[in-house]
Amino acid sequence: MSLPSVEALVEKLTQALTPCFSSPESQPVIVGIETGGVWIAEQLRQRLAPGAELGRLNISFYRDDFTRKGLHPTVKPSSLPTDIDDRTIILVDDVLQSGRTVRAAMNEIFDYGRPKKIVLAILIDRGEREIPVQADFVGATLQLDSASHIKLEGPDPLKLVTKSLENHAE
Amino acid sequence: MPSSNIQLDDNGKLRHFLSIEGLNREILNEILDTAESFTSVADRTIKKVPILRGKTVANLFFEASTRTRSTFELAEQRLSADILSLNVDTSATVKGESLLDTLQNLEAMQIDMFVIRHQDSGSAYFFAQHVRPGVSVLNAGDGQHEHPTQAMLDMYTIRHYKQDFSSLRVAIVGDILHSRVARSQIHALNLLNTGEVRVIAPRTLLPVDTESLGVSVYEDLEKGLDGVDVIIMLRLQKERMRGALLPSEKEYFRKFGLSQERLRLAKPDAIVMHPGPANRGVEIESSVMDGAQSVILQQVSFGISVRMAVMSMIVGQSGLQSGADA
Repeated sequence: MSLPSVEALVEKLTQALTPCFSSPESQPVIVGIETGGVWIAEQLRQRLAPGAELGRLNISFYRDDFTRKGLHPTVKPSSLPTDIDDRTIILVDDVLQSGRTVRAAMNEIFDYGRPKKIVLAILIDRGEREIPVQADFVGATLQLDSASHIKLEGPDPLKLVTKSLENHAE
Repeated sequence: MPSSNIQLDDNGKLRHFLSIEGLNREILNEILDTAESFTSVADRTIKKVPILRGKTVANLFFEASTRTRSTFELAEQRLSADILSLNVDTSATVKGESLLDTLQNLEAMQIDMFVIRHQDSGSAYFFAQHVRPGVSVLNAGDGQHEHPTQAMLDMYTIRHYKQDFSSLRVAIVGDILHSRVARSQIHALNLLNTGEVRVIAPRTLLPVDTESLGVSVYEDLEKGLDGVDVIIMLRLQKERMRGALLPSEKEYFRKFGLSQERLRLAKPDAIVMHPGPANRGVEIESSVMDGAQSVILQQVSFGISVRMAVMSMIVGQSGLQSGADA
């Protein structure tokens, strides 16, 4: 199947998110989930808030399957640039599927403080939710059969690829 | 491949943490990298991550400890474990209960992980051999054998200040004979490919086979300190001295104490470390301990992240629980 270009999807998200940045005195904080979400978040930051610092979350400490997956010390640790109390957070990830990653990310965010609001921006929503989590901003919705895996490759260039899980050992 | 080393599971991942000897460079580096990712947890509003949520950790200290025990407890709490800390020297063993009985009674309380300090060398291995499958043991110091988490926090400290081990000269000074810390450090420094490891001590405080550990031995402190990047001072373990190993503490300081003057023999940017507790004026001059080159208090802070790293690697890799796929 043909996959949409990342550039076009980022542009679509940028348009949709622009109103969030209308008030100069309360700018949202853009936070990406490692690794793919950080790449997309960085693209959005360059377009929407070039002067701001990016937040990054490594959610491996918060995963509900931690005891099976373990840690990945090669992934950078989390860092949020500012005090997040009473700020709006734009949480960014590349692919939304089960919703578990987003849940873990939100648990982590609340260990840093109490944001006013969190909105979720996703490049690709492929459905198949396992918990009630929905995105506020979506680049594209794709119907894939559950045996295939979609992944963002990057950071330069950013490209979406699919793999069939049957011949993909993980 | 099945492993004969009980510290590792069939995939070569950590299952217990008993000694540096028997581990490999990959695991040591993984501990250091993982510890680095935990340092930021201490800067947050809520200094906790949920990795050990629902797990119970028992800290069994058959021997007194302040730093090791409190940093283990903090590490466990920051990983959200439920913890039970026992000073066993004041409890049932005094009443004649055997080590194995103590262990079995605690296992009946569904403990997932044991942190053990004991005066007998090999006691942590003994525990690890007898726990149920799925229960892990961490050695917090066993007799004169090893103190592996202390060695790893020392390696973390060295890497933090000096980066690359292969170009370093590291001197370990003092009571090597009684020191489980030194034994663990020497194994770790060698595994991490340290340029040169020197031990500096009077003959009476050196084990007979010191050279076979792959270190250079100096009986003269001033010669040994020449040009080193890292100085690790060891505590004079007065409580373990049997017989006349030393003339007097004063004499020991005169020959083996680290003074400002002697510190100048090392490289100008050398760091001074000590596992604590330090005897001021016996192995180290007060002004050196509090001086600009001392990183002794930083070692204590790093100890928390390193202990968090080891515990999370044990839980995350060997899987204290097994479940169906997500």
